[in-house]
Amino acid sequence: MTAWRILAAAVLIGAGVALRGPLEAHPVTHMLVQMPGLALAGALLASPAIGSGEWNRGGVAALLAAVFTATFWMLPRSIDAAVSGPLVDAAKFATLPLLAGLPLAAGWRRAHPLLRGFLKAQALSMLGILAFLYTHAPVRICNAYLAEDQFRLGIGFLAVAVALAVLWTVPLLVGEAPRPAAGMPTGSG
Amino acid sequence: MRAWAASLAVAVAGVAALWVATDGLAALTTEGARRLAVVRDAPVVPPRRLQTMDGGQEVLPAGDGRASLIEFIYTSCPTICQSAGTAMAVLRDRFATAGLATQVRLLSVSFDPEVDDVPQLASYGERHGADGSIWTIARPDPEDLPELLDTFGVTVIPDGFGGYEHNAAILVVGPDGRLHTILDVEDVAGAVAATRRLLP
Repeated sequence: MTAWRILAAAVLIGAGVALRGPLEAHPVTHMLVQMPGLALAGALLASPAIGSGEWNRGGVAALLAAVFTATFWMLPRSIDAAVSGPLVDAAKFATLPLLAGLPLAAGWRRAHPLLRGFLKAQALSMLGILAFLYTHAPVRICNAYLAEDQFRLGIGFLAVAVALAVLWTVPLLVGEAPRPAAGMPTGSG
Repeated sequence: MRAWAASLAVAVAGVAALWVATDGLAALTTEGARRLAVVRDAPVVPPRRLQTMDGGQEVLPAGDGRASLIEFIYTSCPTICQSAGTAMAVLRDRFATAGLATQVRLLSVSFDPEVDDVPQLASYGERHGADGSIWTIARPDPEDLPELLDTFGVTVIPDGFGGYEHNAAILVVGPDGRLHTILDVEDVAGAVAATRRLLP
């Protein structure tokens, strides 16, 4: 693992802790800046040796760990508890890098392209559901945050969904056409 | 370890963690969790004095065999407290016609006691038709406020325009001095039913 990766991860986690107050004051910066930053820090720490064993064949076990951890931190209860309780917040600073970002990277690089595509599609639909939920919920979902900030978070989820959809589909539309898989009819015969 | 065994172990641990974190998928929000916990544990309400809108005193819990239905408000609230006030008026009328006026009291308690002095409380009571006989408006000692909000699980956050947002609810305290039920402010029928169950 290169030194700059460790340094960058340390900076990300350090900034998340140091700027805890202002970042967690608003749900948009809490959930769309601080929390992804922590996961990214974990991904930077995923050296090639991690997850290279037989237990992680196809990256499935590591990806499952990342998905469960992400699901836990998507619960409104978890967000409220992190804002109001230093212990829960400390758990967030530990688990998002080590049990979400790191296993995501360790699983992704071994994952079959079909599994990657499945996870991308799931991520987009989940973000879409969250966007709808947070912009249309008739009640406040988090006690710690204002209703109008909840609406902004929904718009934020929508923006992330659109950005990822563009990021993931544009490479398919420009540049070299993807080659058909071996054994598929090529249409040129 | 074999890949399938590792994946299974992760899945079992993940489902167990989510199960515990959501009370068996029953509560995804803090508000849902608080309502479940109250039904399960019926926490004791610590005895505290409140100053009422006519300058008198009420004690929490009542301690005289009456049930208390409590809502937290602030009198300058333009939105949800107004509908909560309307719901309290409807509740008061229901209990009066049901002949339960001596067994139940309704309290709208300010979580902004520094601003909500007795004239402010009285003005709020007048606007919503609280005459003090079954339903009165009151404020706690500012020193007691954090403990009260904690007991009732009320989170108050400034809205940036001089007001507050808070998880408004009807809190039903039984004659035994325990908090038994938390309901939406519009759920008048539910509040009447929950109160009847607590009365002898």
